[in-house]
Amino acid sequence: MSDFPWLTLLILIPLVGAVVTAFLPSGPGEPLAKQVGLAFSLATVVPAVVVAAGYWVGGGFQFTEVHDWIPAFGAHYALGVDGLGLLMVLLTVVLVPIVMIASWTEVDKGVTKSFFAWTLALEAMALAVFTATDVFLFYVVFEATLIPAYFLIGGFGRPGRGRAATKFLIYQLAGGLIMLASVIGLYVVSADAGTPSYLISDLQALDIDQNTERWLFVGFFIAFAIKAPMFPVHTWLADTTEKATPGTSVLLVSVLDKIGTFGMLRYCLGLLPEASQWATPVVVVLALISIVYGALVAIGQDNILRLIGLTSLSHFGLIVLGIFVFSSQGGSGAILYMVNHGIATTALFLIAGFLVQRSNTPLISQMGGLERAAPVLAGTFLIAGLASLGLPGLSPFVSEMLVLIAAFGHAWWTGAIAVTAIVLAAVYILWTYQRTMTGPLRPEFGGVNDLNRREIGAIAPLLLALVLFGFYPMPLLDVINPSVEDTLTFVGVSDDPPTVASDHGAETDPATEQGAHQ
Amino acid sequence: MSEFVKPSIEYFELLPLFLVFGVACVGVVVEAFVPRSYRYLTQTTLTLAGLVAALVSVVLIALEFADKGATEAGYVHGDGAAYGLLAAMGSFAIDGPTLFLWGLILVLAILGAMLFAERELDGGVSAFAGRAAALPGSEAEREASTRGLEQTEVYPLMLFAVFGMLMFPAANDLVTLFVALEVLSLPLYLLSGLARRRRLLSQEAALKYFLLGAFSSGFFLYGIALIYGYAGSMDFARIAEAIRNDTGNQVLLLIGVGMLSAGLLFKVGAAPFQAWTPDVYQGAPTPVTAFMAAATKVATFGAMLRLFYVAFGVDRWSWTPMLMIIAILTMVVGTLMALTQSDVKRLLAYSSVAHTGFILTGVLGAQAAGELAPGQLTSLQAVMFYLATYGLATLGAFAVVSLVRDSGGETTQLSRWVGLGKEAPLVAAVFTFFLLAMAGIPLTSGFIGKWAVFSVALSAGAWPVVIAAVLTSVVAAYLYVRVIVMMYFRTPEGPAASVTTPSVLTATSIAVGAAATLVLGIVPGPLLDLVGRAGEFIR
Repeated sequence: MSDFPWLTLLILIPLVGAVVTAFLPSGPGEPLAKQVGLAFSLATVVPAVVVAAGYWVGGGFQFTEVHDWIPAFGAHYALGVDGLGLLMVLLTVVLVPIVMIASWTEVDKGVTKSFFAWTLALEAMALAVFTATDVFLFYVVFEATLIPAYFLIGGFGRPGRGRAATKFLIYQLAGGLIMLASVIGLYVVSADAGTPSYLISDLQALDIDQNTERWLFVGFFIAFAIKAPMFPVHTWLADTTEKATPGTSVLLVSVLDKIGTFGMLRYCLGLLPEASQWATPVVVVLALISIVYGALVAIGQDNILRLIGLTSLSHFGLIVLGIFVFSSQGGSGAILYMVNHGIATTALFLIAGFLVQRSNTPLISQMGGLERAAPVLAGTFLIAGLASLGLPGLSPFVSEMLVLIAAFGHAWWTGAIAVTAIVLAAVYILWTYQRTMTGPLRPEFGGVNDLNRREIGAIAPLLLALVLFGFYPMPLLDVINPSVEDTLTFVGVSDDPPTVASDHGAETDPATEQGAHQ
Repeated sequence: MSEFVKPSIEYFELLPLFLVFGVACVGVVVEAFVPRSYRYLTQTTLTLAGLVAALVSVVLIALEFADKGATEAGYVHGDGAAYGLLAAMGSFAIDGPTLFLWGLILVLAILGAMLFAERELDGGVSAFAGRAAALPGSEAEREASTRGLEQTEVYPLMLFAVFGMLMFPAANDLVTLFVALEVLSLPLYLLSGLARRRRLLSQEAALKYFLLGAFSSGFFLYGIALIYGYAGSMDFARIAEAIRNDTGNQVLLLIGVGMLSAGLLFKVGAAPFQAWTPDVYQGAPTPVTAFMAAATKVATFGAMLRLFYVAFGVDRWSWTPMLMIIAILTMVVGTLMALTQSDVKRLLAYSSVAHTGFILTGVLGAQAAGELAPGQLTSLQAVMFYLATYGLATLGAFAVVSLVRDSGGETTQLSRWVGLGKEAPLVAAVFTFFLLAMAGIPLTSGFIGKWAVFSVALSAGAWPVVIAAVLTSVVAAYLYVRVIVMMYFRTPEGPAASVTTPSVLTATSIAVGAAATLVLGIVPGPLLDLVGRAGEFIR
C-alpha cells in the first residue's frame, strides 16, 4: 500500500467532473456533457477498485489521510475506509454510472448538463461522507450533499417537483441542524477533556458523561432517522420519489439514504455506545413500525414510483432493526442489506422509470398487460421485484434472513413482527406486477417498445449482482464481519451463547470486554 | 486632582482615525470649492484613497504590535494574551480586537464606497437624490433630474460615519463611546433619506430612524449617568474595579447596564428594538443599506463586546441572562417576521435581525480564560469571525439586490424575482450562494460562523439558547429556500425583472463578497488564526 492519497483522488475526480461538466456547452440533449459526465463517473471507479484491491480485511481504518483543516475547531481533513465504508464507496461508484446511462435521454427536458454535473457533485459529496473519519468533515459533507440533491429533485421530473424539493430540503436541513447541536456538543466535551479534536479515534477515547452522551445520541439519531428514513419522519420520501426522475430517486434512496444507516453504525454506535444501548427499545419499536407501516402504505399506493419509495421505508426499518439488536448476525445482515437494498431498489426504480416513460403515466391502475408488449421489461421488473421481496437465490434474501434471525434473537415478538415484512412485500410486489404487466394488453399500449440496448445495459449489471450475491455472498460478508466485530466490541456487546455462531474464532471473550468498558 | 497633565496623543496608533476624519473634512471643502462636474471623480477618488490609506495604516500598526520589539515598547500586556495600548489618555484602547474590527470596517467601507460610486445601473446617475432639498414631486426635483444633478455630499457623510464606526469599538470610556455612537449615527440618518427613487419612502425611513435613534441615545445617555453614579468614573477599567470591589449601589448598576444595553441593542437591531430595521433597510438607497447593514453591526458589536467584557465582565452573571432572553427573542422574531415578507429588502432586513440574535448567542458565551481548554475557541474570536462572514455576505447580497431592476428602478418585490434563474443565471446563482451562506449551509462561511458562535455558547452552558438557535435556523432555512424556489423552480406570470449589467465597481464588491463567503467556508483557518492572534481586550 503506497502513501498515494487514493481516497482524495476518489473524491476529487467526480468533483472536478462536476465543475468541468457545468462549463460545457448546454443545449437540449447536448451529447458532449453526457459523455464527459459519464467518463468522469467511470474514471471514479478506478481509485475505488484500487482501494478495494489494496484493502486488507480486518485491518481497521485503511488508506488513512490526516491533515489539519481548521485547528481552532479541532477539525481535520481525515479520510479512511473500513469494511462498511468500503462497501458504501463501491456501491456509490457503481450506481452512479448506471444511473447516468439509464437517465441518458430522460433528462433532456431540463438542462441536460446540469443533471450530469449535479450527479457528479452528489457522488463526490457522498464519497466524502463514506470516507470521512473526522466528525466535522463528515458533518460538512453530510449537509453539502443536500445542495446537489435539491437541484436534482427540483430541476428534473414531474410537475410539483419544486414543492417536493423544498420539502426534502427542509426535512433534511432540520435533521442536519439538530445534529449540528450534537456535533458542537462533541466539541465541547472534547475541549473539556483537553485539546479539542474531531477525529473519530480521539472522540472514541473520550469518557462522556452519561446524560450528555444520551443527549448527543438523540441529536445524531434524529438526523439519521430523517435521512434513512424512519417512521415518523419519513413523509418526505414518497413525495420526493413521486416527483423526481427515477435516476434521482436512485441516488437518493440507494446512496444518500444509506448515509442514515451508515451514520447510525459509525457515529451512534461508534461514538456513543452506551446511549445507543439505552435507546434500543425505542429504536427497535420505531423500526418495527417502519417495517409494517411502510409495507402497508406501499400496498395502498396507485403511483408506482411512490410505491417503490415506500417499500424502502420498510426495508430501512429492517436495516435499522439489524443494527440495533446488537448481534453479529444483525450487524452483518444490516450492512449486507444496505448493499443489497441499494442494488435491488436501483433496479426497481430504473425499470419502473422505463415503464413510466412508455406508459406515460405512473399510475398502476392505468397500466395493464404490458408483458405482452414488452416482455423483457416485464421479466426484469419481476426479477428485481422478487429480489426486493427476498426470494431465496437473490441477494436480499441472505441479508433479510440474517436480520430476521437476529430479530428473533433479540425478542420473539420483534422477530414475529419483522417477519410480516416478507408477507407484505410479496403482496405489494406481486400485486403490482399483476396489475401492470399481466392481463389483456390495453389498446393504448399497443405501440409500446421493449427495452432498448442502452436500458438493458444499465440494468444488466444490477440483475447479475443480485443473482451472484444471492448464491455467493461471502466476498461481501468477509469484508463486513470484521467491521461488525469491531463495532460490537466497542459497544461492549457480544453474542448470547445460545445463538448459533456462524462466525467462530473471532468471538471476543465477554469477561475481558466488560472489564475494558467499565 | 493634583496638577494639570498635558494630554498625550499617540499619533501613529490613532492614524486610521485621523486619516478618515481628515479625508472627510477635505471632502467637505471639495464640495464647497470644486466645480460640480469634477466633484464625482474627486470625491470618489479621495474617499477610496483615504479608506485604503487607513486600511494600510491599520496593517502597519498590527505589524508594529506583532514586532519583536513589542514587549519593550510596552505593547504586550499580562501573559501575552493581549497586546496594544491605551491611547489619548485612556480614551481609546488600541488592541488586537480593535485592529481587527478596524480592518473589517474599512474593508466593508471600501466595498460600500464602490457601491456608492456606481453610476451604470440608473442611466448614468448614482442611486442618490439629485437635489435632496427639493420636495418630492416638485418642479425643483424635475429640474434636478433633467439636469442630471448628483449629490456628492454622500461621500464625506459616509466617511464621517466610518470615523464614528472606527471610534466605536475602540472607545474605552463611556463618553467616547457616546460620542462615537452619535458620530456614526447622524450621517447614517441623513444617508437613509437620500434615495433617488421612491423618495417619500426613503425620507420616511430616515425620519423613523432618526426619531427612534434619538430616543435610544437618550436611554444610552441615562445609562451612562447611572453607571457614573455607581462607579464614580467613566473609564471602563475603573468601572470594572468598582464592580469587583462591590462598592456603590447595585440597583444603579443594574439599571445602568440595562439602559446602556438598550442603546446598543437598538443599533444592532435586536428585539424588542428591531422595529426600525425593515423600514430603514427598505427605504434607504440600496448602497447605503448594504454599507449600513454590514458595517454598523460590526462596529456596534465591537463596542458591545468591549463594554460588556471589559467594563462589566466581572458582573457577567447579571447580564448574561438578559442577553439570553434577548438573543432568543431576537432570533424568533427575526425569523418569524422574515417568513411573512414579500419584499427582498425587508426579508434581508429581518434576516439581519435573526443574525443579530445569532451573534448575541456568541456574545453571551463569554467565559473566563481559566475555564477554556488550550486552543478552544473564545467567544471574542467567534463573534469577530461571525461579523466578518456576515458583513461580507450581507453587503454582497444587497449589492445583488441593486442589480435587479425594471423601468421604475429596483424591483424588490419577491414576486418579480420569479424566474430570475433563467433570466440571469449568474446573478441568481450568486444570490443563491449568499442565501445559502445566510442559512448556514456547510462549505459557506455562514456555516463556520454559526458553528463558532453556537459552540462558544454551548461551552458556556447556554444550551437553551443554542437549542433555540438551532430551531430558528431550521425555520430560517425554509425562508431562504423559498427565495431560491422562486428564482429557479417557478414560471413567471408577468414580465420578469431584468438584470442590469453593473460597472466594475459593483461587480467587484459582489465578487469580493462571494469569494470571501466561499473561501471562508472552505479554509476558515487563516482568519480564525488571525482573530485568535488578535488576543484579548486590554484592560
